[in-house]
Amino acid sequence: MSEKILIVGAGQAGMQIAASLRDDGFAGDVTIVGEEAYDPYQRPPLSKAFLAGDMDEESLEFRNDHFYRENNITVVTGEQIQHVEFGPAGGVATGTSGATFAFDKLALTTGAAPRTLKVDGADLDGVLYLRHLDDAKNLKQRWDSVANVVVLGGGFIGLEVAAVAQKAGKNVTVVQSGPRLMARAVSSITSDFFVQAHRARGTTIHLNAQVSHLVGENGKVTAVALADGTSIPADIVMVGIGVTARGELADQLALDMEDGVIVVNEFAETSNPNVVAAGDAVLMPHPLGHEGRVRLESVQNAVDQAKVAAKTLLGQREAYSAVPWFWSDQADLKLQIAGLSSGYDQTVIRGDQSADKFSVLYYRDGALLAVDAVNDVSDYMAVRRALTARANIPAESAADSSVPLKTLITGGEAQQ
Amino acid sequence: MPHVTYISPDGTETTLDARDGDSVMETAVKNGVKGIVAECGGACSCATCHVYVEDAFVDAVGGPNDLEDDMLDGAESERLPVSRLSCQIKMNAQLDGLRVRIAPKQ
Repeated sequence: MSEKILIVGAGQAGMQIAASLRDDGFAGDVTIVGEEAYDPYQRPPLSKAFLAGDMDEESLEFRNDHFYRENNITVVTGEQIQHVEFGPAGGVATGTSGATFAFDKLALTTGAAPRTLKVDGADLDGVLYLRHLDDAKNLKQRWDSVANVVVLGGGFIGLEVAAVAQKAGKNVTVVQSGPRLMARAVSSITSDFFVQAHRARGTTIHLNAQVSHLVGENGKVTAVALADGTSIPADIVMVGIGVTARGELADQLALDMEDGVIVVNEFAETSNPNVVAAGDAVLMPHPLGHEGRVRLESVQNAVDQAKVAAKTLLGQREAYSAVPWFWSDQADLKLQIAGLSSGYDQTVIRGDQSADKFSVLYYRDGALLAVDAVNDVSDYMAVRRALTARANIPAESAADSSVPLKTLITGGEAQQ
Repeated sequence: MPHVTYISPDGTETTLDARDGDSVMETAVKNGVKGIVAECGGACSCATCHVYVEDAFVDAVGGPNDLEDDMLDGAESERLPVSRLSCQIKMNAQLDGLRVRIAPKQ
């Protein structure tokens, strides 16, 4: 009997595990089960090109039917797995329809769910979230008829939607509860730049602002009331205040978890040797060997961790060592991040913030940790290469913006 | 629909029908053509869909814009005058028959 691998979650990580299993020569059964009505598709464009109308639904798909057929990958859509267990005869997962899926090994790529707003009026019509294609379609359907867009949360998704709305000529307000934009991802240097940049393009930004409640009329949202008494007119309220890992199934299997997030080792292996996990729902050792564990909500992590997970499922263990990278397109600003800057003790700023082209390099004890690059692909690529090679770009030489960073890379295992 | 042919580093050729307006990258990825990775999904952010455009089509395809130009500088495989990121080449009737070689490392 051929071995059966079940992948729960049809996002970027789930699709990649399936594709990688075939690339790595697995000949058994591969089934992906997803709760949405769609074959695996790309989420990043939902808040960017798809919303702006520059990309259609078909373009979002990762692969076409031909690919899944050719590779003998079964994709089950519209089915949410409710229960999963290992019995004496192997694993069984049960979906909401009552369908069961037998498996020998399991991959959890369950992702994350948007954190919901908990204030009066949060259930009014026009209060929207953006995670799934259906969310994006709903937002798009309303798009042309709305004039006032209020975004709650100054993270990537919120700011991307704000930028698209601004460009479409809407009145846009961003409400951020903390003092900085994108506070988890970038330093105050980059945060402050983006505050100015969005304001310069016409978006209103409230920092350190708490939402008191939402005001509605006939069941539809009409305004956001802040704790300081400010009232902001709203035709739609886009809530982007972070996500919660979906660890329900991991919990049923009694896997090691931390605050609801699935803990894996560098091989994407959970505490059950027959279960791997990858993507947004996962906490893993720092990929570059620094102390602590990290949770990375990104395409890069979903893809690289899925590749590691596929190898682990096949017994070809290869530790995760990829350099994290992220990007965000906001108006005409392309923010690219390589590495993880947490714990930095020194920064070097290159380029010209007033010309919307600069980069911030982060160091600890003189060693390069990360870069935030705005419209500066050269610096971004140079740092990514340096980190991949486990090399350095000394801070003192990096400070001279006239010298290309790629010429300053020192040491490392595989200099270009 | 315009055709595009991908030549992998081992010489294998794959010819596909492209949807008008789809990029050379998208057409490859959706059909599972090996060697075109395209992690960022076409946002010109990862330089993992590097191809070499065959000489006959270089003029029709044109050159990279500044952003792509900088990305190509950081690509894993050697950059050649005919290098492009395939996510930035949109297929249309003029490019029917396009042939690209996939860069060996992405």
